Amino acid sequence: MNVGIVIVSHSSKVAEGAADMVRQMVGDQVSVAYAGGDESGGLGTSVARIMAAIDAAWSDAGVAILVDLGGAETNSEMAMEMLPPERQGKVVICNAPIVEGAVIAATEASGGSSLEKVQAVAEELSAQ
Amino acid sequence: MQMDRDLLYRLIEAAVGTVDSHWQELTALDQAIGDGDHGAGMKRGFDAVMADADKLAEQPLPATLTAIGRTLVMSMGGASGPLYGTFFMELGKSLDAAPDRAALNAGFARALAAVAARGKSEPGQKTMLDVLAPVSAALDAGADAGTVARVAHDAAEATVPMLALRGRAAFLGERSVGHMDPGARSSSLIIGAVCAVLEEQSA
Repeated sequence: MNVGIVIVSHSSKVAEGAADMVRQMVGDQVSVAYAGGDESGGLGTSVARIMAAIDAAWSDAGVAILVDLGGAETNSEMAMEMLPPERQGKVVICNAPIVEGAVIAATEASGGSSLEKVQAVAEELSAQ
Repeated sequence: MQMDRDLLYRLIEAAVGTVDSHWQELTALDQAIGDGDHGAGMKRGFDAVMADADKLAEQPLPATLTAIGRTLVMSMGGASGPLYGTFFMELGKSLDAAPDRAALNAGFARALAAVAARGKSEPGQKTMLDVLAPVSAALDAGADAGTVARVAHDAAEATVPMLALRGRAAFLGERSVGHMDPGARSSSLIIGAVCAVLEEQSA
């Protein structure tokens, strides 16, 4: 089972668009989910929505999250801590640009790479 | 301190009340140097707490605080949801049902540290920590409720000339100078409201 990808943006359009680009690359070989916008449908991020996206993209190989701005990261970390114990430690946030990072991470995941490898490949983008 | 149902309810009501009457000011502060969502997020979160206030006030203090934190995390959104949520959840984890002053001080200091860790920030970066840290120091120094409220208010004012180093305001660099930090303001409002109730209680 391949690593799943979750995209967290303040904008549902950005999140949905990034997820579309990922699916174009990897089809259904990788489970992809996104969380965009706050509880009232405005710009923002929501722990509840992020938790739902992690659940939707869940893989026993783990889930890699790509985020846009500060609140997306803070809310994603909060969501990770609120997961059931058996899922703790199997979710990582990639320090990478959201769109490019998601596409690269998913492409790496589609080859069956481990969560650590998927994260490392995505984060090479930020090191360049 | 004896935390009966009535006192807990009044504390919740006071915190929610000050958010309700100041959320537009928080919006304006956040529009100046952030993304403008702080007022609406605070109002959404604290209104959600008020909706459960009857049930919350009947529980022992730690359970009440933890539930408040969870409600804020799940309803507020934005970066401030997890920050405020972490504060209350850590306070709930640290305090027992009838904390004495020393336990309260220690609990507040732990909650401050948890918020700093969550936000990967420290005092001096123009954030809510610039209110929470001086309040923690005042508590440790034995300040009464009225003094703590003044410390919180003055600390929020003192963020005006500061340069933002964390959060969306940090993108603005020098342009963040001259505006009060919205998170510092909301923290000072809530601390002020809670202190006013405690002052009345001890009078």
